[in-house]
Amino acid sequence: MAMNYNAKDEVDGGPPCPPGGTAKTRRPDNTAFKQQRLPAWQPILTAGTVLPTFFIIGLIFIPIGIGIFVTSNNIREIEIDYTGTDPSSPCYKCLSPNVTPCICTINFTLEQSFEGNVFMYYGLSNFYQNHRRYVKSRDDGQLNGDPTALLNPSKECEPYGRNEDKPIAPCGAIANSMFNDTLELFQVGNASDLMPVPLKKKGIAWWTDKNVKFRNPPGTDPLEERFKGTTKPVNWVKPVYMLDSDEDNNGFINEDFIVWMRTAALPTFRKLYRLIERKNDLHPTLPAGRYYLNITYNYPVHSFDGRKRMILSTISWMGGKNPFLGIAYITIGSISFLLGVVLLVINHKYRNSSNTADITI
Amino acid sequence: CLLFGDNSVKTSKYNALNFLPMNLFEQFQRLANAYFLFLLFLQLIPQISSLAWYTTVVPLMVVLSITAVKDAIDDMKRHKNDNQVNNRSVLVIVTEKWMNVQVGDIIKLENNQIVTADILLLSSSDPLRQLQSQDSYSFFPGEVRCESPNNKLDKFTGILMYKGKNYLLNHDRLILRGCVIRNTDWCYGLVIFTGPDTKVMQNSGKSTFKRTHIDHLMNVLVLWIFLFLGSMCFLLAVGHYIWENNKGYYFQDYLPWEDYVTSSVFSATLIFWSYFIILNTMVPISLYVSVEIIRLGNSFYINWDQKMFYEPKNTPAQARTTTLNEELGQVKYVFSDKTGTLTQNIMIFNKCSINGMVYGMHVFLFSLSLGEILLCREKVDFSYNKLADPKFSFYDKTLVEAVKKGNHWVHLFFLSLSLCHTVISEEKVEGELVYQAQSPDEGALVTAARNFGFVFRSRTSETIMVVEMGKMRIYQLLAILDFNNVRKRMSVIVRTPENRILLFCKGADTILCKLLHPSCGSLKDITMDHLDDFASDGLRTLMVAYRELDSAFFQDWSKKHSEACLSLENRENKISIVYEEIERDLMLLGATAIEDKLQDGVPETILTLNKAKIKIWVLTGDKQETAVNIAYACNIFEDEMDEIFIVEGNNDETVGGELRYEGRTATMKPDSLLESDPVNSYLATKPQPPFKIPEEVPNGSYGLIINGYSLAHALEGNLELELLRTACMCKGVICCRMTPLQKAQVVELVKKYKKAVTLAIGDGANDVSMIKVAHIGVGISGQEGMQAMLNSDYAFSQFRYLQRLLLVHGRWSYNRMCKFLSYFFYKNFAFTLVHVWYAFYSGFSAQTVYDTWFITFYNLVYTSLPVLGLSLFDQDVNETWSLRFPELYEPGQHNLYFNKKEFVKCLLHGIYSSFVLFFIPMGTVYNSVRKDGKEISDYQSFSLIVQTSLLCVVTMQIALETTYWTMISHVFTWGSLGFYFCILFFLYSDGLCLFFPDTFQFLGVARNTLNLPQMWLSVVLSMILCMLPVVGYQFLKPLFWPVSVDQVSATGIYPNRIHDPLTSRRSAYAFSHKQGFGALITSGKTMKKKLYVFEKLFLISL
Repeated sequence: MAMNYNAKDEVDGGPPCPPGGTAKTRRPDNTAFKQQRLPAWQPILTAGTVLPTFFIIGLIFIPIGIGIFVTSNNIREIEIDYTGTDPSSPCYKCLSPNVTPCICTINFTLEQSFEGNVFMYYGLSNFYQNHRRYVKSRDDGQLNGDPTALLNPSKECEPYGRNEDKPIAPCGAIANSMFNDTLELFQVGNASDLMPVPLKKKGIAWWTDKNVKFRNPPGTDPLEERFKGTTKPVNWVKPVYMLDSDEDNNGFINEDFIVWMRTAALPTFRKLYRLIERKNDLHPTLPAGRYYLNITYNYPVHSFDGRKRMILSTISWMGGKNPFLGIAYITIGSISFLLGVVLLVINHKYRNSSNTADITI
Repeated sequence: CLLFGDNSVKTSKYNALNFLPMNLFEQFQRLANAYFLFLLFLQLIPQISSLAWYTTVVPLMVVLSITAVKDAIDDMKRHKNDNQVNNRSVLVIVTEKWMNVQVGDIIKLENNQIVTADILLLSSSDPLRQLQSQDSYSFFPGEVRCESPNNKLDKFTGILMYKGKNYLLNHDRLILRGCVIRNTDWCYGLVIFTGPDTKVMQNSGKSTFKRTHIDHLMNVLVLWIFLFLGSMCFLLAVGHYIWENNKGYYFQDYLPWEDYVTSSVFSATLIFWSYFIILNTMVPISLYVSVEIIRLGNSFYINWDQKMFYEPKNTPAQARTTTLNEELGQVKYVFSDKTGTLTQNIMIFNKCSINGMVYGMHVFLFSLSLGEILLCREKVDFSYNKLADPKFSFYDKTLVEAVKKGNHWVHLFFLSLSLCHTVISEEKVEGELVYQAQSPDEGALVTAARNFGFVFRSRTSETIMVVEMGKMRIYQLLAILDFNNVRKRMSVIVRTPENRILLFCKGADTILCKLLHPSCGSLKDITMDHLDDFASDGLRTLMVAYRELDSAFFQDWSKKHSEACLSLENRENKISIVYEEIERDLMLLGATAIEDKLQDGVPETILTLNKAKIKIWVLTGDKQETAVNIAYACNIFEDEMDEIFIVEGNNDETVGGELRYEGRTATMKPDSLLESDPVNSYLATKPQPPFKIPEEVPNGSYGLIINGYSLAHALEGNLELELLRTACMCKGVICCRMTPLQKAQVVELVKKYKKAVTLAIGDGANDVSMIKVAHIGVGISGQEGMQAMLNSDYAFSQFRYLQRLLLVHGRWSYNRMCKFLSYFFYKNFAFTLVHVWYAFYSGFSAQTVYDTWFITFYNLVYTSLPVLGLSLFDQDVNETWSLRFPELYEPGQHNLYFNKKEFVKCLLHGIYSSFVLFFIPMGTVYNSVRKDGKEISDYQSFSLIVQTSLLCVVTMQIALETTYWTMISHVFTWGSLGFYFCILFFLYSDGLCLFFPDTFQFLGVARNTLNLPQMWLSVVLSMILCMLPVVGYQFLKPLFWPVSVDQVSATGIYPNRIHDPLTSRRSAYAFSHKQGFGALITSGKTMKKKLYVFEKLFLISL
């Protein structure tokens, strides 16, 4: 824009006013901001600041890492794969789609007793809950109980938006593919008698999901009435208002459903299935011994090489078993410490040989 | 026959109605905006849309509206100025507004008024200078025929037909719109061109848009990013194809293919575009607008700089272009005009030698040190002389005493100075004389004589009135033997009141000493010694002599003279011969020494710039001697230089030889003629025209002087490379006798083959061409007018501000821009490439890692302020150090802080960061649960962890880059991070999510995830992991790859240079005269034909 004529040049870019005129000075303001003299802190990376930082990071990270690692290791966890791909597995028979309903039982032994609250998870592998088309295939308005969305599911739900000209509730691929195996746990008593382990199915979803995000369609009628005009998802056996007998755990606010709807970030994931609350201080929640896992096998994963697992786990202040953070902290702490040492040596060697560094950029 | 427009101008582009459509249309012509518009359309295709439409629309809207607001403000200013200009009043017989002035009107302008339109000057208050004698201007029975409106400021041809006679009109008669009338009480003018037809307006819009190296680099890099983006998308599409074949196909139980997807290949094709949409953030939408904001901000700093404000003229520095800032930090070649730029164009009578005696103090040319010396010297008191010029100062009392004592030689000396000249005096108020000298040298001499008591008071064509020591004497002017370039002298012949006939002569010592009477032999030797001394001080010298003429001899000569004047053939020659007859046997009076006063601080500035490895070439229209003198005075040439080559050949061969052999090969770099020389072998490969000549290192410090004629030869053909190679090895280059076009050619030459940033600085109309050609044009808003300034990118009023402009503002701007770009690219790579890692775990389905709103706000809200803060406030070293260690400037010249290599580093750093940012959170959430047993591995929690880690990492990164933490930086940096969390809670709040459940899906995620210890442990881990290598690298860098900055030692900042008095440099004749003034004065007919007098007499400033 060097040569853009600007009328301004005629106005105030012109030659300075002659002496004697009442020209006001055009001296720029003497402010720290305009003169770029704002007071400032000018940190400089020197050996004096960098090296201690490396050592301190090392010294802080290693103990934290050890703490996390130990905590994680103290957690009891057992994982049982019941996919049944192995012919020796009791669930092998269920791979055939003809056997319905198929019930299989897997027995396992807890070497150590599980104390405190125990959590029961189901885990899926190779299941792409994070696929873009899968993730968006839901209608949050419908799930929030919006009556119009209930009858007019969003087109994101396609091809699970309508079935036989009726809107599907809940619509979408996520809901349609809801995990529907039933898992039951039995403790083998001293006399080989089976004692069912009480499994609590409420309290497994986020409070916000259960109470804010997911709502049944409004009204005081029975749920069936409120869902009138909709049809069940294609894969489902029962409609959504028959998921549970408990009014507070039925329809869209069924917690199993809510947990499923919170899609996993990775193709291998676990989802909370049931709670096993501790009994009292004297007895462990799950004492060591033999157990039966009774599975109503409804959910096929074999076709896409998926795996199904059942996980029992205790919990610590940090949550469940995950050695990653502990190991990572110990590693990074050590690396930082080592780097500190290396830099110290290099600095010592080179800083002396060059007589410089009055200025550091 | 012609329709003329009125005089209103319209520089504004828009009005209220057409603003929106026009502005939008203009903005979408920019490639970047068009690209994002294209992206927007892509996003609207549901089959490939991997991102919600608002991720692009919101940033695009913001970017467009920022630009639109800026354009609107600019346009409003223009509207205002248009109104102001159009409504100014001017006298057109009756007072009118400017916009109502029409072609053919005759207007009257008064002193210091701004010229309304392009006008033909008819008359002015000065009776000497009139085209027409007084007439009734209300009716002017003439006719003007002239060229049609064009943009050539220095050309005008026309014919005035008046009372049956034709008068030729040239551009000297034309006063252009926007000029200011000076030195005359009033003038009348005929309006020739109005409004948009005026030459100034015709010049507007023809702007050559300058772009910086960084601009070009940015375009290249954006292209690279596109290629990178394309190949990334392709790879991911291939990945998708493989995944669909191996897994997706079988996963159809739960996730059937869309009905339009028939094969994996088709699906992969769609995914290519989906990833194109997701990864588009690598080409950041806000890059260009941010760059503009930064440059604007840094330009404001220049406008605001008090240290570049020149009090005496009340002019602050002015950044007229706001797009070139960072290039100020990369300048390698400075092309400077001499007069008015290096020098003040003020001549000061400094010393003289009269009859073998030296008067006047030795004053250093270093003006800064001058101040100290002046403190201990008392100025000479001229109060005995009422007509003295109060501004004149002299520091040797002995001369005044000699005058007062009535020393015959001293009197004669000053008498000759007060008589032998072509100055015109003006005395508006009794006793206040104003001299109009056609060269400042002459003015200085006459003023000196005036102060010592020989006041030239007025002249007519036949007399000169001089007040000699208070007594009025009238000399009869018999003849002026005018100056020309060959004679290098001028003489006057006068008859004194005592009826003696005297000839006074002044001129170049080399010429004059040959004309002296043999009896002056010893005096001549003494005076020549003095002249040597003067010359070594860098003063411009003249010799003064006189001769008493015999009346009969003069009568005789006078006759010959008039014959010669009347002869039709070979008149010039004949006159010269006649002059020579009388200009001999002169009696030496003495010599004068005039200081061509440098601007304050010029030598220091040049010394500093030299230290910053900036090469300074002086391109001047002046003569070699004066140019070289100044070059020495302001440190461009130094006495310690090994050799100075002079190129003055008159044909291609000699010039080529001088350049190739005498200069370069013989001394500077003996092996540069060999085939094996890298440059020669490089040139032998015949590279395609846009090639770069590598830097060559000479074996010493040399200087080069080349004059315009030789340059014309050198610029042709192969010689231009020879010239460039030789010149670039020299420490200082002086090109003299240059035409404006040649100035531009030289700049163009360096630009073309050196690929270095050039800066041209000048003050006059003859510098405009080079100012426009150079990468950066700087105008000195000085005495010669405003053309240079109007064409410049930066303007200020003192040459010494150049070092501040380059070393402080330029360096900062460059560093800031580089830091900005590095960081900006880095943060977008780190941000975007996480998606690529995620692709491996999400079936290459173009699933984003982040919440769409995070993507929308990332560049625009969360990370924009810290990086703007960095690039507006950061200072790696403060201004004092920048100036004390000019070496700090060098990295910019070599493009060290941001180049393709640095960009690749940013890319690698971004890839590393994105790797850390994906896998650390992934390891953290993998099969992880909270302390209440609920799993944390859901997509939304994972997103939150990754995006929070990302923001913490990029904030830490910018914290590491920031070296100058002002309060504002703190607020911007930490405030943005805090703001992120606030926005997070808002975006994930119940109310918003319930109101728009499909747009805001992350209900409650903030509450449920931000209280997880795992999350914070993961964030800290990512941060440390990203920081450790950076800190380590920054710590090791100065140890292993020291930049020049690290080697700066704190000693020897300004060595106290004392001029070596023994050098034999000799300043020769220093008349910057034009021929023809003597005739003008004696003709008595004033200037009816010699219109060019106006050029200097009216100090028109455009």
